[in-house]
Formats: sequence, structure tokens, C-alpha cells
Amino acid sequence: MTGLLMVVVLFLAVFAAAQIMRIYELSVKVRQEEEYVVTDKDNSNQGRLMLLFGIGLVVSFFWMVAAWDELALPKPASLHGVQIDQLWDISMGLIVVMFLIIQPILFWFSYKYRGNKANKATFYAHNDKLELIWTIVPAIALAVLIIYGLTTWSNTMNPSTDEEPMVVEVYAQQFKWTARYSGEDNTLGYANIRLIQGANTVGVDTNDANSGDDFVATEIHLPVGKPVLFKFRSQDVIHSAYMPHFRAQMNCVPGMETHFQFTPTLTTAEIRQDPEVIAKVERINAIRSAKGQELYEYDYILMCNKICGSAHYNMQMNIVVEAQADYDAWVKEQKTIAETL
Amino acid sequence: MASHDHANDHAHDHDHEHHVENFWTKYIFSQDHKMIGKQFLITGMFMGIVGVFMSMMFRLQLAWPDQKFAILETFLGKWAPEGQMDPNIYMALVTIHGTIMVFFVLTAGLSGTFSNLLIPLQIGARDMASGFLNMLSYWFFAASSVVMIVSLFVETGPASGGWTVYPPLSALPQAMPGSGTGMTLWLVSMTLFIAGSLLGSLNYIVTIINLRTKGMAMTRLPLTIWAFLVTAILGVLSFPVLLSAALLLMFDRLLGTSFYLSDIMVAGELLHNEGGSPVLYEHLFWFLGHPEVYIILLPALGITSEVIATNARKPIFGYRAMIGSILAIAFLSFIVWGHHMFITGMNPFLGSVFTFTTLLIAIPSAVKAFNYITTLWKGNLQLTPAMLFSIGLVSTFVAGGLTGIILGDSALDINVHDTYFVVAHFHIVMGLSAIFGMFAGVYHWFPKMYRRMMNKTLGYWHFWLTFISAYGVFFPMHFTGLAGLPRRYYSNAEFPIFDELQDINVIISMFALIGGIAQLIFIFNFFYSMWRGPKAPQNPWKSNTLEWTAPVEHMHGNWPGEIPSVHRWPYDYSKPGYDEDFVPQTTPLKDGEVGH
Repeated sequence: MTGLLMVVVLFLAVFAAAQIMRIYELSVKVRQEEEYVVTDKDNSNQGRLMLLFGIGLVVSFFWMVAAWDELALPKPASLHGVQIDQLWDISMGLIVVMFLIIQPILFWFSYKYRGNKANKATFYAHNDKLELIWTIVPAIALAVLIIYGLTTWSNTMNPSTDEEPMVVEVYAQQFKWTARYSGEDNTLGYANIRLIQGANTVGVDTNDANSGDDFVATEIHLPVGKPVLFKFRSQDVIHSAYMPHFRAQMNCVPGMETHFQFTPTLTTAEIRQDPEVIAKVERINAIRSAKGQELYEYDYILMCNKICGSAHYNMQMNIVVEAQADYDAWVKEQKTIAETL
Repeated sequence: MASHDHANDHAHDHDHEHHVENFWTKYIFSQDHKMIGKQFLITGMFMGIVGVFMSMMFRLQLAWPDQKFAILETFLGKWAPEGQMDPNIYMALVTIHGTIMVFFVLTAGLSGTFSNLLIPLQIGARDMASGFLNMLSYWFFAASSVVMIVSLFVETGPASGGWTVYPPLSALPQAMPGSGTGMTLWLVSMTLFIAGSLLGSLNYIVTIINLRTKGMAMTRLPLTIWAFLVTAILGVLSFPVLLSAALLLMFDRLLGTSFYLSDIMVAGELLHNEGGSPVLYEHLFWFLGHPEVYIILLPALGITSEVIATNARKPIFGYRAMIGSILAIAFLSFIVWGHHMFITGMNPFLGSVFTFTTLLIAIPSAVKAFNYITTLWKGNLQLTPAMLFSIGLVSTFVAGGLTGIILGDSALDINVHDTYFVVAHFHIVMGLSAIFGMFAGVYHWFPKMYRRMMNKTLGYWHFWLTFISAYGVFFPMHFTGLAGLPRRYYSNAEFPIFDELQDINVIISMFALIGGIAQLIFIFNFFYSMWRGPKAPQNPWKSNTLEWTAPVEHMHGNWPGEIPSVHRWPYDYSKPGYDEDFVPQTTPLKDGEVGH
């Protein structure tokens, strides 16, 4: 019954709106020509609104930057992350400048040249010199960005370190992460999902000589300042290992191995002392305590960033970066595969 | 040219034989390009309402995750018990929202509508080269829309793996409910869609190449037609690749093949598949997927060129550069698909190549943006609703295009890939620009379609509410992206670090709701004007192009008698030496007058 009533009300509302429209159009017609004709007054009003919008856009841009800049990720905690952030700042600076030049011009022109019956537009069909300028200038700017970008990309993806990186496997499955450390020999034992059985949850080949000293963990621990080579595997669907604090991300693809290498530069304890991070945690805890939720302590995290199923939004693992001695102590506590399987 | 005239005369005679039409041949199985264009538009609008409504539902979830909304249970039923949305339906909503908006609204709804309506009218042809294939193209699209809508109602829910439907997630029904029957229907729907799109595109290309009227050289074509031509070529070259991707995925799902699958254990079950690669699917998908962005965008840019020139009462600035930049963008769009795959495990060297080609696109894009702005300079701007949407398009094209310089750079993409920064970027540059182009086209050519005028005042309200809420929705998303918030998360509550983003999410959702509801103004205006709007004059915007020389009343064959011939380019607005501020293409050059 309420449904029917709703339909009737909706119908009457549309009908009433149509009638009001009709009356409005007729009343306009009495005063001037047809309603659809754009008058000088319309041009003037809409031109002003365009100008107003242009100003509003620029003002709200600055407002958003002022209000929300602090929400951005804190400073990078990896070597290559610093380079990426530098490239980011330069690219972002350039596009913000372009944005702040082009948008005001666009809205200013929309206002300045708003139509008027007394005016006539200037016939101006092309100007090769002008067009050449705005082809070449962007081309030069982009050439610089491309060269800088490719250098950074190359440094990131093919890091040249004198030190041999520590090898850690990150294993993804719906909806959890597992880390497998390569142990003293720094070589991961062979693994395949066909070998998964019972406690052997990541399918390690226990007959492989390299696998005995491997160990499996539910949290990633990394010694600070030491390059780490992550090797990624997935058991079921594509996942993406996203470690935003280190400016690192790589997909985990079933049937193939992917990898990403970086060097963490700040321990968890150090980043917690960063003024930006302290402020961030304070803001978050103000929100959490108001809701009566458990207080938050800053941690590096690994999250899944490729849609992978119903609990995609909660597929995460903690990353702890610590001094070598603390790391060694943690490793001692772990049980190797030889001990557990 | 003689053969053209002959063909046209033939079409004209043909027309007289079939004078009497019944309801079915006129409105349903029509072979008239104008009616087919309107069919595309109405179907596209219906799908658009579904797509936008879905986004409003998932914005409710994102802004107020703890709140229960009775309306969600009304529409989602068992997927929102007591008004609390289920994670699976959340993913289904984002998936189908993307699919519908990208393919059904902005490909078929935009290109299908305006290519059909404008190609014959603006080049001076009686109809499309093949009216029958054109009709088939619409009916394939209609069938695919029906299948897509049906897929919303299956027991396990519609496809949910994201609009890109990457396997293995989309290949394995065990991986998520949406990968069951819903996913099969998604693939069936897309197969039909691609068939329809190819028929349409081939028709557009053949028509533009062969059926131009006397004097309509390629360099006298309106930029709309150039955009439609290049769009159709892109579609013909790239959609078949998506079709092959979809078919192989269908084989993997139904026949047990392993094109995309290898070494998988899902839901505790070990699969036999070996040797395939999901990365292959990603390559095939994005080989269409990136040109698709321009299949969506180019028609909108073409429409904007036309609307801006007409309403600025000025020639489009740099006509040849505009054609050149369309061609350059189209060419580059085929060699940049890998920028969607920087972090898929693809060889980093390939990443470098794709970074290089991707950033090059900024050059022709910059040319287009500057040329639009220069067209406004010293114009006599008639700020019609269509013009406002076109200016809006230039604004969003610039705002969204600039962030492409960040995302196209592989090194920078690492950290913002699949975050809300990407969502902001592509919605602004492709979604908003294209939908603004579509609105501009509807307001501008409504009199050509329905012989009546739309209401200007409602048009203004529609524009401003849409424009403000569009920026209100997508600009703040850059900031949540910079905070590292991944897209496609049903809830952000599991990560305390995102707690402080909730205020922004509320703002975004409010604008999304306002923007969504504002579309009711457009829908009301559209249908009201269709039946009750004031009668359209012959040439309401004082435009130069050929479609405005055709009679207001629709007729088969478009023009009574001879098709007008063309003597000049379409952009002689405010040309010195003429009293009026426009000179239609049919006006012969005066003695001593130079063409463009």
C-alpha cells in the first residue's frame, strides 16, 4: 500500500513540475522571446558564475592542500623511496603550476569574453608560431621528466648494492600473508603449492637442501640499513603486496615469481619519533578514543592492493624494522622448517 | 563524386517506395540512423541511471560504514541484511558501475548516439552505408544490456572482480561468489557488446570515407566527424583483442583450459591447471583497455570542438593541429597499454618503454587544451548549457590530464597504483570529461533529435550542480590516494592509519549524492522537452554545419531533393566580409574570398 502511495505521489510530483515548467515558459515568452534563447543577461550571469567558480576552484585547492596535506604518507622509510619522493615533488610542483595557470585562464576567458549582442568575435583561425610553441615547450618539459623518471625507475628496479640482499619470500593467499625467510644460507628452498600439506602451508620441498634453515613467520622483521629482496608468490588469485611507507609495491601472481628489492632506512622505533608521525598518531587516537576504540600505535604495514575476494579489505601484515641485534634476537626465536616439519 | 550522387539518388528513390511505416519499423526495428542514434541514447541513459545509482549506494557504505540504510535492503535484498551492505555486493557494485559507465554509457551511449545521429547529417549522406548493419549494431547492444542487467539478479550475484575482471579471481567460481553465473553472463554480455560495437564502427568508417557529399573534402569535415572516424578505427582495431581475451577466459571457466591459470590452490582445492599466465590476460585486456579510454574521450572532444566553436562564434583555433593531435593521440594510445601494468611483474625495461610512450601523449593533449582556450579568446561566448558543459570538459580534461603525468611515470606509479589517486585521475580525465561532452552533445543536438528545445534554466541548474559536485567528489580523492588508501576496499576500518580519512569520505559521498540527485533535473528536462518543449527553429544555434540545413521534421534520406553541396570548412564564424556572424558550409565562396 505504501509502495502504491509512493508511486502516486511521485507521479503527481512529476506532473506538478511539468505544469510549473509550462507556466514558467509561457511567462518568459510573454516578456521576451523563447525561453531557450540565450540573452545578454544570461551570458552575463553565467560568465560571472564561471569566474566565481574559477576563483572557488583555486581557493578550495589551496584550502584542501592546507587542510589535508598532513594526511599524506609520512616520509619514506627506504633508500629508493627518498628518490621517488623527490621525483614526485618535482612532477607535482610542475603540474600544480600548470593547473594554477591554465584553469584561471580558462575561467577568466569564459567571463571576459561572455557574449553580447553588440560585440562580434575576432576571426582568428590559426597561428603556426603559437602552436609550435605549445608543442615544443611541453615536449621539452616532458623530455626532462621522462629522463628523470626513467633514471629513478631504473635505480629502483635494478638497485646496485655491493651488499648481497637478504632474501625473504612473501606468500599471498585469500586473505592472509605469510613470510618465509631464507635462513642462514640466504637461499629459499624450492616450494610449490602442490606440496602444501598439513603444517606445510606454503608448500616447501623438505627434501631440498636449501629449505632446512628456512623459517615461516606471520610478521615481517627487517634489519635496518640492509637491502632485502622480496620474492612474491600467490596461492590462488592475484594479490598486490603494497608497502606504502617504503614506496614499494608488486603484484603476487599465481604461477610466477615476482620480486622487489629495497633497503629500509628507519627502524619502527625511529619513525615513531618522527614529529609528523607523532602528530598523525595523536589525531588518529583522538578519533579512536572518541569512539571508544583501542588506541593505535604506528607500524609499517603490508596490505593487499589488488582486489582478491570478500576480505580483500582486511588482508594485512605488520612489518617491523629494527636494529641488527634485535633482528638477530628475533631470528633466534623462530623455528626452522627442519625443526617444524 | 559522380558515383556518390548516384548512390544518393538511389537511396532517395528507395525512400519513396517505403513511405508508410508502422510502429515497429519506425520505433523498434528502425534502420534510420537518426532513430538508431536516439535508441542508443535512451538505452545509454537507462544504463547510466543504473550505474550512477550503484555508485551512490557504495558511497553510502564508504562514508557511513557503521550505519544501516533501509534503502540498501530495498534494492539489494539479501545482500544488505537490515540495511548493512555485504562486502561481496560492494565489490559487485563497483565492478558493474565501472563496466556500465565505461562500456554501456560512455562507449555505446556516447559514441553510438552521436556517431549515428551526426555522421550522415554532417557529411551530407542520406543514411549510413548499411542501415541494416546499423540496426543490428543497436540490437546487439540492446541484447548485451539486457544480459548485463539480468546478471544483477542471479543467485550468486553479478561479476565482482573489478571492471577489469582479472583472472584467476574472475575465472574461479570458488574464489568469490561473483565469479559464478554472474561472471559468465558478464562475458556473454561483453561478447554481444563487442559484436555490436564492431558492426557500428565499420559502418561509421565506410560511411565517412565513401558517402561525403560534393565538396566535403576530409579537410572540410567538422571535428566531430574526425573524432568519430578515429574512434571507430580505434574500436575496430582494439575491441577484437578484448573479444579474444573474453573468449579465452570463457574457455578457462567452462572448458577447463589453462590460458590464464597455473599452479592454483583455491578454497583448499588443488587445481590441475598449469602453464597459463594471468599476465597474458592483462596484456590482452589493456590492449583494448587503453585505446578504450580514447574511444570514450575522442567523441567528447569532437563534440566539444564543435560546441565551443559554434558558441564562441569563432573558428576552432588550429583546425589542422586539432586533427593532427587526434591522430597522434590515437596512434600513441596503441602503444601505451603497459602503463597499467608497471607492477604486475612485467620486465622493468618494458616499463621504461611504456613510460616513454605514455608521457608523449601529454604533448598532443596539451595542444588540444591550449587550442580550446585560444578559441575562447576574443570570442563572443554564447553561454548555453551545451557551452558550459564544454568549458567544463576543458577544465576536467586539464585537471585530470595533468595527474596522468604522475601516473604514467613508472617510478611514481609504484606507490599510488590502485589507490584513490588513480580513481581521482581517471574519473576526472575520462569519466567527467566524457560525460560532460555527452551532456553538451545532448543539449546542443536535442533540437535535431526531437525537433524541440530543451529548457535553458533547468540546463543551467543541471550544469552547476553537476560541475560543482563532480569536482567535490573527485578532487578530494587525490588526497586519500596520497594517504595510501587502496581502491576497492569495502571498509577502511581495519587499518587505523586510515581513520583520519573518514571526514573526506563523508564529504565525497555528500557531493556524490548531490551530483547523483541533480541528474534528475536533466532527466526531467529531457523527457519534458521531448513532449512539451518549444518547437525548434531550423538552426537554433546559428551553426555552420550541414545538419542544420536539413528540415526540422525528420525524414528518411535527411534532405528533400538534392543533398546540399559544400563549399567551405565548417568554422567560418564571424568571418570578416559577412554581415552575419556565421557562414554555413553550403555558402559558396565569394569572388576573391580565401578558404581556410
